[in-house]
Amino acid sequence: MATSTITTQKLEVVAASATTTDFAPAAAAVQVAKLIDESKCIGCKACQVACMEWNDVRDEVGSNVGVYDNPNDLTPNSWTVMRFYEVEPKPGNLEWHIRKDGCMHCEDPGCMKACPAPGAIVKFSNGIVKFESEHCIGCGYCVKGCPFNVPRISQKDNKAYKCTLCSDRVSNGMIPACAKTCPTGAISFGAKTDMVAYGEKRAGELKERGFQNAGLYNPQGVGGTHVMYVLKHADQPAMVGLPENPSISPLVSLWKGVTKPLALLGMVGAVVAGFVHYRKVGPIEEKENV
Amino acid sequence: MATNMLQRYSSQERMNHWMVVALFALAALSGFAFFYPWLYFLSGIFGGGELARTLHPFFGVAMVLSFSGLFFRLRADNAIGEADKAWAAKMGEMVKGNKEAMPPVGKYNYGQKMVFWVTSICLLTLLVTGVMFWSPWFTPSVPIGLQRVAVLLHAVAAVGLVLTIFAHAYAAFWVKGTMRAMTEGVVSEGWAKANHPLWYKEVAKK
Repeated sequence: MATSTITTQKLEVVAASATTTDFAPAAAAVQVAKLIDESKCIGCKACQVACMEWNDVRDEVGSNVGVYDNPNDLTPNSWTVMRFYEVEPKPGNLEWHIRKDGCMHCEDPGCMKACPAPGAIVKFSNGIVKFESEHCIGCGYCVKGCPFNVPRISQKDNKAYKCTLCSDRVSNGMIPACAKTCPTGAISFGAKTDMVAYGEKRAGELKERGFQNAGLYNPQGVGGTHVMYVLKHADQPAMVGLPENPSISPLVSLWKGVTKPLALLGMVGAVVAGFVHYRKVGPIEEKENV
Repeated sequence: MATNMLQRYSSQERMNHWMVVALFALAALSGFAFFYPWLYFLSGIFGGGELARTLHPFFGVAMVLSFSGLFFRLRADNAIGEADKAWAAKMGEMVKGNKEAMPPVGKYNYGQKMVFWVTSICLLTLLVTGVMFWSPWFTPSVPIGLQRVAVLLHAVAAVGLVLTIFAHAYAAFWVKGTMRAMTEGVVSEGWAKANHPLWYKEVAKK
């Protein structure tokens, strides 16, 4: 198990939703990452329990849908969920994969790009992406921006919720609750560079054990992520429900990128044009009655 | 009154129109708040971001319902025909204020008809796309790919509508004597002869 190298960190916001002004340059912070080693996970769900405990969220008791997934999906109160996959990479060769699902903490977060509420989604200097509920307006745009289908809107307060990567623990020099509790060491946390190195080492070990395509999942389409996986079949992430080349949807980029400033300019332009037109052409006067 | 006045809009039509205006203002102001970060302060008018977000779709739906009244009242008068082509071809002269160069028109000229139809199309688009990502009710039953198309189209249609309404209001301000049609419901004979001669002949016959 990789040892954590982080110490107490100051959480400085380096980017925020719906904000066009710059932030003061943050002190050089250690980029953090969580590494989830699929091959070490035994599916005990202790991480789910630890997450509930630390963040003080409790889901309602649901119903079994015939698989081990419990709850069946991420919810506003379940920020991480073990997903179980029975796959046959080679015919007749059944494999059972377990993946701990949750926010990937993208370097380029689609949720933050889509969010219209200033400061409702922030990115800290260490890479953690956090929803600030008091600024959330419940529009659900973050869901449209997310390439990983992670944010969930609460039916109680209409606000969006997801994993915080335990930013409150990390800022005090502690590792996230899920990593702390994991009994097999499948979840490691530390500096991103260390986690990448450790992940690649683990992938190498898996290759020696016959998983030729084992590798690190740190998708570059979103600038890399601060939650990474060691996958036994990194060539087929879809096998465990991960997108192959995740990126922010071009529709979202178009909508939030070029369309809106241009449209704003167009509308201001129309007002100016109206003013100039009236000054140049003048009114069409009513004719006297004949 | 010194000049002869002609009835152009009934009291009901005017009430309907001003209701659409009020709802447009509410929907546009609350919508602008989410359109661009610089305009987020507009959400304060409605009591903050959460309330503005909650109210916006209701303003929108109310506006569409209200506009449908105008739509069915004025649809026939706004049918685009052969005669509109000649007017459309000379649109440049109209913009220059050269009223005399324009072919005679009936109750509505081509520009006004365009306002009517573009407004109708934009509102329909706003309604359909808006419902698709109306959180929390309808969103869960719409595939995410479709929602992404919807948010983009919603923004585009909103801008189209705002620009059209701006053109509509400016034209009413530009062509003097027009505003009275929507406040008091009447226009002068002179206005009718100059701007809508074929309509004038029609109403003068009665």
